[in-house]
Amino acid sequence: MALDRSDIPNIADLARLAIAENDIPQYQQELSNILELVEQMNAVNTDDVQPLAHPTDAVQRLRADEVTETNQREKYMQCAPAKEEGLFLVPKVIE
Amino acid sequence: MQNLTLAQISKGLEAGEFTSVEITQHYLDRIKQLDQGENGLNSFITVNEELALAEAKAADERRAAGNATAWTGVPIAHKDLLCTDGTLTTCGSKILSNFVPPYDATIVENFKKEGAVCLGKTNMDEFAMGSSNENSYFGAVKNPWDLERVPGGSSGGSAAAVAARLVPAATATDTGGSIRQPAAFTGLTGLKPTYGRCSRWGMVAYASSLDQAGPIAQTAEDAAMMLNVMASFDEKDSTSIEQPVPDYTATLNDDIKGKVIGLPKEYFPENLDPEMASVVRSAIAEFEKLGCTIKEISLPNTGLGIPAYYVVAPAECSANLSRMDGVRFGVRCEDPKDLEDLYKRSRGEGFGAEVKRRIMVGTYALSTGFYDAYYVKAQKIRRLIKNDFVAAFNDVDFIMSPTTPTPAFKTGEKTGDPVEMYMEDVFTIALNLAGLPGMSIPAGKVNNLPVGLQIIGNYWNEAGMLNMAHQFQTATDFHKEAPAGIDSNR
Repeated sequence: MALDRSDIPNIADLARLAIAENDIPQYQQELSNILELVEQMNAVNTDDVQPLAHPTDAVQRLRADEVTETNQREKYMQCAPAKEEGLFLVPKVIE
Repeated sequence: MQNLTLAQISKGLEAGEFTSVEITQHYLDRIKQLDQGENGLNSFITVNEELALAEAKAADERRAAGNATAWTGVPIAHKDLLCTDGTLTTCGSKILSNFVPPYDATIVENFKKEGAVCLGKTNMDEFAMGSSNENSYFGAVKNPWDLERVPGGSSGGSAAAVAARLVPAATATDTGGSIRQPAAFTGLTGLKPTYGRCSRWGMVAYASSLDQAGPIAQTAEDAAMMLNVMASFDEKDSTSIEQPVPDYTATLNDDIKGKVIGLPKEYFPENLDPEMASVVRSAIAEFEKLGCTIKEISLPNTGLGIPAYYVVAPAECSANLSRMDGVRFGVRCEDPKDLEDLYKRSRGEGFGAEVKRRIMVGTYALSTGFYDAYYVKAQKIRRLIKNDFVAAFNDVDFIMSPTTPTPAFKTGEKTGDPVEMYMEDVFTIALNLAGLPGMSIPAGKVNNLPVGLQIIGNYWNEAGMLNMAHQFQTATDFHKEAPAGIDSNR
Protein backbone atom coordinates (compact mmCIF):
# COMPACT_ATOMS: atom_id res chain seq x y z
CA MET A 1 0.00 0.00 0.00
CA ALA A 2 1.39 3.38 -0.98
CA LEU A 3 1.32 5.90 1.86
CA ASP A 4 0.31 9.52 1.34
CA ARG A 5 2.64 12.33 2.31
CA SER A 6 0.24 13.27 5.11
CA ASP A 7 0.43 9.75 6.62
CA ILE A 8 4.08 10.21 7.58
CA PRO A 9 3.72 12.96 10.24
CA ASN A 10 0.77 11.02 11.70
CA ILE A 11 2.75 7.79 12.02
CA ALA A 12 5.75 9.69 13.44
CA ASP A 13 3.44 11.34 15.95
CA LEU A 14 2.01 7.97 17.06
CA ALA A 15 5.56 6.65 17.44
CA ARG A 16 6.66 9.80 19.35
CA LEU A 17 9.42 10.47 16.84
CA ALA A 18 10.48 13.95 15.78
CA ILE A 19 11.32 13.83 12.08
CA ALA A 20 12.58 16.64 9.86
CA GLU A 21 10.12 18.14 7.38
CA ASN A 22 12.47 17.59 4.46
CA ASP A 23 12.91 13.88 5.30
CA ILE A 24 9.18 13.23 4.79
CA PRO A 25 9.31 12.43 1.03
CA GLN A 26 12.07 9.87 1.61
CA TYR A 27 10.17 8.20 4.48
CA GLN A 28 7.04 8.17 2.31
CA GLN A 29 8.92 6.35 -0.45
CA GLU A 30 10.79 3.91 1.81
CA LEU A 31 7.85 3.00 4.03
CA SER A 32 5.65 2.50 0.95
CA ASN A 33 8.28 0.15 -0.53
CA ILE A 34 8.42 -1.84 2.71
CA LEU A 35 4.62 -2.11 2.87
CA GLU A 36 4.59 -3.23 -0.76
CA LEU A 37 7.07 -5.99 0.15
CA VAL A 38 4.94 -6.95 3.15
CA GLU A 39 1.80 -7.23 1.06
CA GLN A 40 3.23 -10.23 -0.75
CA MET A 41 1.71 -12.07 2.24
CA ASN A 42 -1.68 -11.59 0.60
CA ALA A 43 -0.73 -14.12 -2.08
CA VAL A 44 -1.92 -16.93 0.21
CA ASN A 45 -5.28 -17.51 1.82
CA THR A 46 -4.88 -17.93 5.58
CA ASP A 47 -8.54 -17.95 6.65
CA ASP A 48 -8.28 -21.31 8.42
CA VAL A 49 -4.77 -20.87 9.85
CA GLN A 50 -4.17 -20.34 13.57
CA PRO A 51 -1.77 -17.43 14.24
CA LEU A 52 1.55 -18.55 15.75
CA ALA A 53 2.24 -16.56 18.92
CA HIS A 54 5.16 -18.63 20.23
CA PRO A 55 7.39 -20.75 17.98
CA THR A 56 7.08 -23.84 20.15
CA ASP A 57 3.54 -23.00 21.32
CA ALA A 58 4.71 -22.58 24.90
CA VAL A 59 2.28 -21.00 27.35
CA GLN A 60 3.00 -18.23 29.81
CA ARG A 61 4.75 -19.52 32.90
CA LEU A 62 3.48 -18.16 36.19
CA ARG A 63 5.30 -17.66 39.45
CA ALA A 64 4.23 -17.03 43.01
CA ASP A 65 3.53 -13.38 43.74
CA GLU A 66 6.40 -12.88 46.14
CA VAL A 67 9.04 -10.22 46.55
CA THR A 68 12.32 -11.70 45.31
CA GLU A 69 14.41 -8.62 44.50
CA THR A 70 16.28 -6.50 46.98
CA ASN A 71 15.70 -2.76 46.84
CA GLN A 72 18.49 -1.15 44.83
CA ARG A 73 16.72 2.08 43.96
CA GLU A 74 19.80 4.29 44.03
CA LYS A 75 21.82 1.95 41.84
CA TYR A 76 18.99 1.60 39.34
CA MET A 77 18.52 5.36 39.19
CA GLN A 78 22.18 6.11 38.53
CA CYS A 79 21.58 6.07 34.76
CA ALA A 80 18.67 8.54 34.83
CA PRO A 81 19.24 11.75 32.82
CA ALA A 82 17.57 13.90 35.52
CA LYS A 83 16.50 12.94 39.03
CA GLU A 84 15.76 14.44 42.42
CA GLU A 85 15.08 12.80 45.78
CA GLY A 86 14.60 9.38 44.28
CA LEU A 87 12.27 10.56 41.50
CA PHE A 88 12.77 10.89 37.75
CA LEU A 89 12.48 14.50 36.64
CA VAL A 90 10.49 15.50 33.54
CA PRO A 91 9.09 18.84 32.34
CA LYS A 92 5.94 19.92 34.16
CA VAL A 93 2.92 17.87 32.94
CA ILE A 94 0.08 19.38 35.01
CA GLU A 95 -0.11 23.16 35.48
CA MET B 1 49.23 -17.67 19.75
CA GLN B 2 46.31 -15.87 18.05
CA ASN B 3 45.07 -18.84 16.08
CA LEU B 4 44.36 -20.82 19.24
CA THR B 5 40.79 -22.02 19.59
CA LEU B 6 38.82 -21.81 22.82
CA ALA B 7 39.41 -25.51 23.36
CA GLN B 8 43.18 -25.05 22.93
CA ILE B 9 43.25 -22.02 25.23
CA SER B 10 41.31 -23.97 27.85
CA LYS B 11 43.82 -26.84 27.63
CA GLY B 12 46.80 -24.47 27.58
CA LEU B 13 45.62 -22.77 30.76
CA GLU B 14 45.07 -26.11 32.43
CA ALA B 15 48.51 -27.36 31.43
CA GLY B 16 50.11 -24.13 32.66
CA GLU B 17 51.53 -23.25 29.21
CA PHE B 18 50.42 -19.66 29.77
CA THR B 19 48.42 -17.72 32.34
CA SER B 20 45.11 -15.98 31.81
CA VAL B 21 46.84 -12.63 32.35
CA GLU B 22 49.29 -13.47 29.54
CA ILE B 23 46.67 -14.57 27.02
CA THR B 24 44.36 -11.69 27.95
CA GLN B 25 47.19 -9.18 27.45
CA HIS B 26 48.00 -10.81 24.11
CA TYR B 27 44.48 -10.21 22.81
CA LEU B 28 44.29 -6.71 24.29
CA ASP B 29 47.50 -5.86 22.40
CA ARG B 30 46.03 -7.23 19.18
CA ILE B 31 42.90 -5.14 19.63
CA LYS B 32 45.07 -2.03 20.06
CA GLN B 33 47.04 -2.84 16.92
CA LEU B 34 44.33 -4.02 14.58
CA ASP B 35 41.02 -2.63 15.79
CA GLN B 36 41.59 0.94 16.85
CA GLY B 37 42.49 4.09 14.92
CA GLU B 38 41.45 5.23 11.46
CA ASN B 39 42.42 2.04 9.64
CA GLY B 40 41.27 -0.30 12.39
CA LEU B 41 38.47 -2.83 12.00
CA ASN B 42 36.26 -1.00 14.55
CA SER B 43 34.85 -4.28 15.82
CA PHE B 44 34.80 -3.17 19.47
CA ILE B 45 32.73 -0.32 20.91
CA THR B 46 34.23 -0.71 24.40
CA VAL B 47 37.48 -2.40 25.38
CA ASN B 48 37.64 -2.92 29.11
CA GLU B 49 41.37 -3.36 29.58
CA GLU B 50 41.57 -2.80 33.32
CA LEU B 51 38.57 -4.96 34.12
CA ALA B 52 39.68 -7.75 31.75
CA LEU B 53 43.11 -7.90 33.37
CA ALA B 54 41.55 -7.91 36.84
CA GLU B 55 39.26 -10.78 35.81
CA ALA B 56 42.27 -12.62 34.33
CA LYS B 57 44.22 -12.16 37.54
CA ALA B 58 41.27 -13.46 39.57
CA ALA B 59 41.01 -16.43 37.20
CA ASP B 60 44.68 -17.29 37.65
CA GLU B 61 44.21 -17.14 41.42
CA ARG B 62 41.12 -19.35 41.18
CA ARG B 63 43.14 -21.86 39.15
CA ALA B 64 45.96 -21.77 41.69
CA ALA B 65 43.39 -22.47 44.40
CA GLY B 66 42.23 -25.55 42.49
CA ASN B 67 38.72 -24.32 41.66
CA ALA B 68 39.08 -23.80 37.91
CA THR B 69 36.54 -24.95 35.33
CA ALA B 70 37.23 -25.46 31.60
CA TRP B 71 36.34 -21.79 31.17
CA THR B 72 38.32 -20.15 33.94
CA GLY B 73 40.58 -17.47 32.47
CA VAL B 74 39.40 -17.96 28.86
CA PRO B 75 38.86 -14.59 27.12
CA ILE B 76 35.70 -13.78 25.15
CA ALA B 77 33.74 -10.68 24.13
CA HIS B 78 30.04 -9.84 24.35
CA LYS B 79 27.86 -8.24 21.71
CA ASP B 80 27.02 -4.76 22.95
CA LEU B 81 23.34 -5.52 23.53
CA LEU B 82 24.00 -7.85 26.46
CA CYS B 83 23.82 -5.77 29.63
CA THR B 84 27.04 -5.72 31.65
CA ASP B 85 26.92 -4.38 35.19
CA GLY B 86 29.09 -1.27 35.33
CA THR B 87 30.22 -1.44 31.69
CA LEU B 88 28.77 0.73 28.90
CA THR B 89 26.09 -1.09 26.85
CA THR B 90 25.10 0.94 23.79
CA CYS B 91 23.30 -1.38 21.36
CA GLY B 92 25.16 0.58 18.68
CA SER B 93 22.83 3.51 19.32
CA LYS B 94 23.25 7.17 20.21
CA ILE B 95 20.25 6.96 22.54
CA LEU B 96 22.11 4.43 24.74
CA SER B 97 25.56 5.95 24.18
CA ASN B 98 25.80 6.78 27.90
CA PHE B 99 23.96 3.74 29.29
CA VAL B 100 25.80 1.85 32.02
CA PRO B 101 23.50 -0.99 33.13
CA PRO B 102 23.08 -1.68 36.84
CA TYR B 103 22.92 -5.46 36.24
CA ASP B 104 24.28 -8.34 34.15
CA ALA B 105 22.36 -10.23 31.48
CA THR B 106 21.89 -13.90 32.45
CA ILE B 107 24.28 -14.95 29.66
CA VAL B 108 26.94 -12.54 30.97
CA GLU B 109 26.40 -13.87 34.47
CA ASN B 110 26.74 -17.47 33.22
CA PHE B 111 30.21 -16.68 31.81
CA LYS B 112 31.23 -14.80 34.97
CA LYS B 113 30.34 -17.79 37.15
CA GLU B 114 32.69 -19.94 35.06
CA GLY B 115 35.45 -17.36 35.49
CA ALA B 116 35.67 -16.37 31.81
CA VAL B 117 37.32 -13.04 31.01
CA CYS B 118 35.38 -10.38 29.07
CA LEU B 119 37.68 -8.30 26.83
CA GLY B 120 34.97 -5.84 25.84
CA LYS B 121 31.77 -5.19 23.94
CA THR B 122 31.48 -5.66 20.21
CA ASN B 123 30.06 -3.32 17.59
CA MET B 124 26.69 -4.04 15.97
CA ASP B 125 23.96 -2.59 13.80
CA GLU B 126 21.87 -0.23 15.93
CA PHE B 127 19.46 -2.30 18.07
CA ALA B 128 20.45 -5.33 15.92
CA MET B 129 18.66 -3.91 12.87
CA GLY B 130 20.79 -4.46 9.81
CA SER B 131 22.73 -6.96 7.73
CA SER B 132 26.00 -5.11 7.21
CA ASN B 133 26.98 -3.40 10.48
CA GLU B 134 26.75 -0.07 8.65
CA ASN B 135 23.88 1.07 10.90
CA SER B 136 26.03 1.63 14.00
CA TYR B 137 26.26 5.03 15.69
CA PHE B 138 29.86 4.05 16.42
CA GLY B 139 30.75 3.59 12.75
CA ALA B 140 30.83 0.72 10.28
CA VAL B 141 32.91 -2.41 10.93
CA LYS B 142 35.40 -3.69 8.33
CA ASN B 143 35.57 -7.28 7.17
CA PRO B 144 39.09 -8.60 7.91
CA TRP B 145 38.98 -10.67 4.67
CA ASP B 146 38.64 -7.50 2.58
CA LEU B 147 38.64 -4.15 4.31
CA GLU B 148 36.38 -2.63 1.64
CA ARG B 149 33.64 -5.12 2.42
CA VAL B 150 31.11 -5.46 5.24
CA PRO B 151 31.40 -8.19 7.89
CA GLY B 152 27.63 -8.76 7.78
CA GLY B 153 25.25 -7.87 10.56
CA SER B 154 23.87 -7.30 12.93
CA SER B 155 26.59 -9.16 14.90
CA GLY B 156 29.29 -7.74 12.57
CA GLY B 157 31.58 -6.68 15.42
CA SER B 158 31.59 -10.13 17.04
CA ALA B 159 32.27 -11.75 13.64
CA ALA B 160 35.04 -9.35 12.57
CA ALA B 161 36.73 -9.58 15.98
CA VAL B 162 36.80 -13.39 15.95
CA ALA B 163 37.83 -13.54 12.25
CA ALA B 164 40.79 -11.23 12.97
CA ARG B 165 41.56 -13.29 16.08
CA LEU B 166 41.17 -10.29 18.36
CA VAL B 167 39.24 -12.63 20.61
CA PRO B 168 38.86 -16.41 20.28
CA ALA B 169 35.03 -16.37 20.33
CA ALA B 170 32.18 -13.97 21.06
CA THR B 171 28.52 -13.90 21.94
CA ALA B 172 26.05 -12.70 19.33
CA THR B 173 22.30 -12.60 18.71
CA ASP B 174 20.13 -13.57 15.76
CA THR B 175 16.66 -12.18 14.98
CA GLY B 176 16.63 -12.84 11.22
CA GLY B 177 20.15 -14.08 10.47
CA SER B 178 22.36 -11.82 12.60
CA ILE B 179 24.61 -14.66 13.80
CA ARG B 180 24.64 -16.86 10.69
CA GLN B 181 25.10 -14.21 8.00
CA PRO B 182 28.12 -12.47 9.62
CA ALA B 183 29.63 -15.89 10.44
CA ALA B 184 29.26 -16.81 6.74
CA PHE B 185 30.81 -13.49 5.61
CA THR B 186 33.85 -13.91 7.84
CA GLY B 187 34.58 -17.64 7.53
CA LEU B 188 33.37 -18.59 11.01
CA THR B 189 31.06 -21.02 12.77
CA GLY B 190 27.92 -19.39 14.15
CA LEU B 191 24.91 -20.96 15.82
CA LYS B 192 21.41 -19.66 16.47
CA PRO B 193 19.73 -21.96 19.01
CA THR B 194 16.08 -22.95 19.28
CA TYR B 195 13.91 -20.07 20.51
CA GLY B 196 13.89 -20.27 24.32
CA ARG B 197 17.24 -22.11 24.65
CA CYS B 198 19.29 -19.10 25.85
CA SER B 199 17.92 -16.56 28.27
CA ARG B 200 16.90 -13.20 26.84
CA TRP B 201 17.06 -11.56 30.26
CA GLY B 202 19.31 -8.51 30.06
CA MET B 203 19.53 -8.77 26.29
CA VAL B 204 18.12 -5.53 24.87
CA ALA B 205 14.98 -6.60 23.02
CA TYR B 206 14.48 -5.95 19.32
CA ALA B 207 11.78 -8.46 18.28
CA SER B 208 11.01 -10.54 21.36
CA SER B 209 9.39 -13.50 19.62
CA LEU B 210 12.36 -13.90 17.23
CA ASP B 211 15.48 -12.84 19.20
CA GLN B 212 17.84 -15.57 20.31
CA ALA B 213 21.47 -15.40 21.45
CA GLY B 214 24.20 -17.78 20.30
CA PRO B 215 27.94 -18.06 19.71
CA ILE B 216 30.27 -16.98 16.90
CA ALA B 217 33.44 -19.07 17.06
CA GLN B 218 36.27 -20.52 14.98
CA THR B 219 35.09 -24.13 15.15
CA ALA B 220 32.04 -26.24 15.92
CA GLU B 221 33.87 -27.57 18.98
CA ASP B 222 34.26 -24.01 20.29
CA ALA B 223 30.63 -23.21 19.47
CA ALA B 224 29.65 -26.25 21.56
CA MET B 225 31.79 -24.99 24.46
CA MET B 226 30.13 -21.57 24.18
CA LEU B 227 26.63 -23.00 24.04
CA ASN B 228 27.34 -25.09 27.15
CA VAL B 229 27.61 -21.79 29.04
CA MET B 230 25.07 -19.69 27.13
CA ALA B 231 22.17 -22.17 27.25
CA SER B 232 20.24 -22.22 30.49
CA PHE B 233 16.70 -22.20 31.79
CA ASP B 234 16.01 -18.81 33.35
CA GLU B 235 12.99 -17.95 35.46
CA LYS B 236 13.61 -14.29 34.75
CA ASP B 237 12.83 -14.78 31.03
CA SER B 238 9.19 -15.77 30.63
CA THR B 239 9.91 -17.28 27.20
CA SER B 240 12.84 -19.40 28.42
CA ILE B 241 11.99 -23.09 28.10
CA GLU B 242 12.61 -25.53 30.94
CA GLN B 243 14.51 -28.15 29.01
CA PRO B 244 17.67 -29.93 30.18
CA VAL B 245 20.94 -28.57 28.74
CA PRO B 246 23.08 -31.43 27.42
CA ASP B 247 26.89 -31.27 27.27
CA TYR B 248 27.17 -30.14 23.65
CA THR B 249 30.82 -31.23 23.46
CA ALA B 250 30.00 -34.81 24.46
CA THR B 251 28.39 -35.83 21.15
CA LEU B 252 30.70 -34.05 18.69
CA ASN B 253 32.34 -37.29 17.67
CA ASP B 254 29.19 -39.36 17.21
CA ASP B 255 28.92 -41.21 13.92
CA ILE B 256 26.83 -39.33 11.37
CA LYS B 257 26.50 -42.25 8.99
CA GLY B 258 22.94 -42.70 7.76
CA LYS B 259 21.78 -39.16 8.59
CA VAL B 260 19.38 -37.83 5.99
CA ILE B 261 19.97 -34.29 4.71
CA GLY B 262 17.14 -32.43 3.02
CA LEU B 263 17.91 -29.88 0.31
CA PRO B 264 14.96 -27.54 -0.15
CA LYS B 265 14.58 -26.55 -3.78
CA GLU B 266 13.46 -23.05 -2.71
CA TYR B 267 16.91 -22.50 -1.13
CA PHE B 268 18.69 -23.33 -4.39
CA PRO B 269 16.77 -21.04 -6.76
CA GLU B 270 17.64 -20.86 -10.45
CA ASN B 271 19.04 -17.35 -10.05
CA LEU B 272 21.47 -18.40 -7.28
CA ASP B 273 25.02 -17.45 -8.20
CA PRO B 274 26.48 -20.60 -9.84
CA GLU B 275 29.78 -20.32 -7.96
CA MET B 276 27.94 -20.06 -4.61
CA ALA B 277 25.81 -23.05 -5.54
CA SER B 278 28.87 -25.04 -6.54
CA VAL B 279 30.76 -24.37 -3.27
CA VAL B 280 27.70 -25.29 -1.20
CA ARG B 281 26.97 -28.43 -3.23
CA SER B 282 30.55 -29.67 -2.87
CA ALA B 283 30.35 -29.15 0.88
CA ILE B 284 27.15 -31.21 0.91
CA ALA B 285 28.93 -33.88 -1.15
CA GLU B 286 31.47 -34.07 1.69
CA PHE B 287 28.63 -35.10 4.02
CA GLU B 288 27.70 -37.83 1.52
CA LYS B 289 31.29 -39.08 1.75
CA LEU B 290 30.80 -39.22 5.52
CA GLY B 291 27.84 -41.54 5.01
CA CYS B 292 24.87 -39.16 4.91
CA THR B 293 22.17 -39.42 2.29
CA ILE B 294 20.63 -36.52 0.39
CA LYS B 295 16.97 -35.93 -0.28
CA GLU B 296 15.37 -33.18 -2.35
CA ILE B 297 12.59 -31.51 -0.37
CA SER B 298 10.28 -28.52 -0.69
CA LEU B 299 9.43 -25.75 1.78
CA PRO B 300 6.70 -24.12 -0.32
CA ASN B 301 6.06 -21.03 1.86
CA THR B 302 9.72 -19.89 1.90
CA GLY B 303 8.97 -16.80 -0.20
CA LEU B 304 6.61 -15.47 2.46
CA GLY B 305 9.35 -15.33 5.10
CA ILE B 306 10.72 -11.87 4.38
CA PRO B 307 7.26 -10.24 4.00
CA ALA B 308 6.06 -11.77 7.31
CA TYR B 309 9.30 -10.84 9.09
CA TYR B 310 8.97 -7.18 8.06
CA VAL B 311 5.65 -7.04 9.91
CA VAL B 312 6.50 -9.08 13.02
CA ALA B 313 9.93 -7.58 13.67
CA PRO B 314 8.97 -3.90 13.17
CA ALA B 315 5.73 -4.35 15.15
CA GLU B 316 7.58 -5.87 18.10
CA CYS B 317 10.41 -3.33 17.87
CA SER B 318 7.99 -0.42 17.89
CA ALA B 319 6.66 -1.71 21.21
CA ASN B 320 10.04 -2.73 22.68
CA LEU B 321 11.80 0.51 21.81
CA SER B 322 9.08 2.63 23.40
CA ARG B 323 11.11 2.28 26.60
CA MET B 324 13.79 4.46 25.00
CA ASP B 325 12.05 7.67 26.02
CA GLY B 326 14.77 9.82 27.57
CA VAL B 327 13.19 9.63 31.03
CA ARG B 328 14.76 6.82 33.05
CA PHE B 329 18.02 6.11 31.20
CA GLY B 330 19.83 6.93 27.99
CA VAL B 331 20.30 10.26 26.26
CA ARG B 332 17.75 13.04 26.73
CA CYS B 333 17.40 15.95 24.25
CA GLU B 334 18.50 19.44 25.27
CA ASP B 335 15.94 21.81 26.82
CA PRO B 336 12.67 19.93 26.23
CA LYS B 337 9.77 22.38 26.27
CA ASP B 338 7.26 19.78 27.49
CA LEU B 339 7.00 16.01 28.00
CA GLU B 340 5.83 15.37 24.44
CA ASP B 341 8.78 17.33 23.08
CA LEU B 342 11.12 15.41 25.40
CA TYR B 343 9.91 12.05 24.05
CA LYS B 344 9.88 13.07 20.41
CA ARG B 345 13.21 14.85 20.23
CA SER B 346 15.08 12.38 22.47
CA ARG B 347 13.91 9.57 20.17
CA GLY B 348 14.18 11.53 16.91
CA GLU B 349 17.75 12.58 17.72
CA GLY B 350 18.75 9.34 19.45
CA PHE B 351 17.71 6.78 16.81
CA GLY B 352 19.33 6.25 13.41
CA ALA B 353 17.49 6.06 10.08
CA GLU B 354 16.89 2.28 9.91
CA VAL B 355 15.59 2.13 13.49
CA LYS B 356 13.18 4.99 12.77
CA ARG B 357 11.97 3.28 9.60
CA ARG B 358 11.23 0.04 11.43
CA ILE B 359 9.54 1.77 14.36
CA MET B 360 7.30 3.64 11.92
CA VAL B 361 6.43 0.52 9.89
CA GLY B 362 5.61 -1.29 13.12
CA THR B 363 3.58 1.58 14.51
CA TYR B 364 1.57 1.69 11.28
CA ALA B 365 1.05 -2.08 11.21
CA LEU B 366 -0.22 -2.09 14.80
CA SER B 367 -2.42 1.01 14.46
CA THR B 368 -6.21 0.83 14.68
CA GLY B 369 -7.78 -0.89 11.71
CA PHE B 370 -4.57 -2.47 10.39
CA TYR B 371 -3.76 -5.01 13.12
CA ASP B 372 -5.53 -7.96 11.50
CA ALA B 373 -4.31 -7.20 7.98
CA TYR B 374 -0.68 -7.03 9.06
CA TYR B 375 0.25 -8.55 12.43
CA VAL B 376 -2.34 -11.33 12.60
CA LYS B 377 -1.77 -12.16 8.93
CA ALA B 378 1.99 -12.36 9.54
CA GLN B 379 1.49 -14.64 12.58
CA LYS B 380 -0.61 -16.93 10.39
CA ILE B 381 2.16 -17.01 7.77
CA ARG B 382 4.55 -17.99 10.57
CA ARG B 383 2.37 -21.01 11.25
CA LEU B 384 2.53 -22.01 7.56
CA ILE B 385 6.31 -21.65 7.53
CA LYS B 386 6.63 -23.71 10.70
CA ASN B 387 4.32 -26.40 9.27
CA ASP B 388 6.58 -26.67 6.19
CA PHE B 389 9.56 -27.42 8.43
CA VAL B 390 7.65 -29.81 10.69
CA ALA B 391 6.57 -31.80 7.62
CA ALA B 392 10.13 -31.80 6.23
CA PHE B 393 11.58 -33.08 9.51
CA ASN B 394 9.34 -36.14 9.28
CA ASP B 395 11.55 -37.25 6.39
CA VAL B 396 14.98 -35.77 7.07
CA ASP B 397 17.35 -35.24 10.03
CA PHE B 398 18.84 -31.95 8.87
CA ILE B 399 18.24 -29.37 6.17
CA MET B 400 21.12 -27.67 4.36
CA SER B 401 21.39 -24.59 2.16
CA PRO B 402 23.65 -21.65 1.43
CA THR B 403 23.61 -19.24 4.41
CA THR B 404 23.54 -16.19 2.13
CA PRO B 405 22.89 -15.58 -1.60
CA THR B 406 26.34 -13.96 -2.08
CA PRO B 407 29.63 -13.56 -0.22
CA ALA B 408 30.35 -10.28 1.64
CA PHE B 409 29.35 -7.22 -0.38
CA LYS B 410 31.10 -3.85 -0.49
CA THR B 411 30.56 -1.18 2.15
CA GLY B 412 27.95 1.25 0.83
CA GLU B 413 26.77 -1.13 -1.90
CA LYS B 414 23.29 -1.71 -0.47
CA THR B 415 22.70 1.23 1.85
CA GLY B 416 20.63 3.17 -0.71
CA ASP B 417 17.72 0.73 -0.78
CA PRO B 418 16.44 -0.76 2.49
CA VAL B 419 14.37 -3.42 0.73
CA GLU B 420 17.40 -4.66 -1.23
CA MET B 421 19.29 -4.97 2.08
CA TYR B 422 16.39 -6.99 3.55
CA MET B 423 16.81 -9.63 0.81
CA GLU B 424 20.20 -10.44 2.33
CA ASP B 425 18.40 -12.62 4.92
CA VAL B 426 16.35 -14.65 2.44
CA PHE B 427 17.82 -18.03 3.52
CA THR B 428 18.08 -17.34 7.25
CA ILE B 429 14.88 -15.54 8.21
CA ALA B 430 12.40 -18.45 8.10
CA LEU B 431 14.17 -20.19 11.00
CA ASN B 432 13.54 -17.26 13.32
CA LEU B 433 9.87 -17.18 12.32
CA ALA B 434 9.62 -20.91 13.06
CA GLY B 435 11.90 -20.75 16.15
CA LEU B 436 14.20 -23.44 14.76
CA PRO B 437 17.95 -23.73 15.40
CA GLY B 438 20.42 -23.13 12.59
CA MET B 439 24.11 -22.69 12.09
CA SER B 440 26.55 -21.49 9.47
CA ILE B 441 29.91 -23.14 8.89
CA PRO B 442 32.67 -22.20 6.42
CA ALA B 443 32.22 -24.23 3.23
CA GLY B 444 34.82 -22.78 0.85
CA LYS B 445 35.37 -19.53 -0.99
CA VAL B 446 34.16 -17.53 -3.98
CA ASN B 447 36.47 -14.76 -5.27
CA ASN B 448 38.64 -15.34 -2.22
CA LEU B 449 35.74 -14.54 0.13
CA PRO B 450 34.30 -17.07 2.60
CA VAL B 451 31.01 -18.83 1.85
CA GLY B 452 28.76 -20.28 4.54
CA LEU B 453 26.84 -23.55 4.56
CA GLN B 454 23.66 -23.38 6.62
CA ILE B 455 22.70 -26.44 8.69
CA ILE B 456 19.12 -26.37 10.00
CA GLY B 457 18.17 -28.77 12.77
CA ASN B 458 14.90 -29.83 14.31
CA TYR B 459 13.77 -28.15 17.56
CA TRP B 460 16.30 -28.65 20.41
CA ASN B 461 18.72 -30.56 18.17
CA GLU B 462 21.66 -28.18 18.62
CA ALA B 463 23.81 -31.13 19.68
CA GLY B 464 23.03 -32.94 16.42
CA MET B 465 23.89 -29.88 14.33
CA LEU B 466 27.16 -29.40 16.19
CA ASN B 467 27.95 -33.09 15.68
CA MET B 468 27.39 -32.73 11.90
CA ALA B 469 29.48 -29.55 11.78
CA HIS B 470 32.31 -31.05 13.83
CA GLN B 471 32.47 -34.16 11.64
CA PHE B 472 32.64 -31.91 8.57
CA GLN B 473 35.42 -29.88 10.19
CA THR B 474 37.29 -33.03 11.11
CA ALA B 475 37.29 -34.02 7.42
CA THR B 476 37.98 -30.56 5.94
CA ASP B 477 40.14 -27.47 6.59
CA PHE B 478 37.90 -24.58 5.49
CA HIS B 479 37.39 -23.46 9.09
CA LYS B 480 41.15 -23.20 9.67
CA GLU B 481 41.68 -20.48 7.10
CA ALA B 482 42.20 -17.03 8.58
CA PRO B 483 42.20 -13.75 6.65
CA ALA B 484 45.59 -12.63 5.33
CA GLY B 485 47.02 -9.54 6.96
CA ILE B 486 45.95 -10.24 10.50
CA ASP B 487 49.56 -11.13 11.32
CA SER B 488 50.97 -8.00 9.69
CA ASN B 489 51.68 -6.22 12.93
CA ARG B 490 53.05 -9.16 14.77
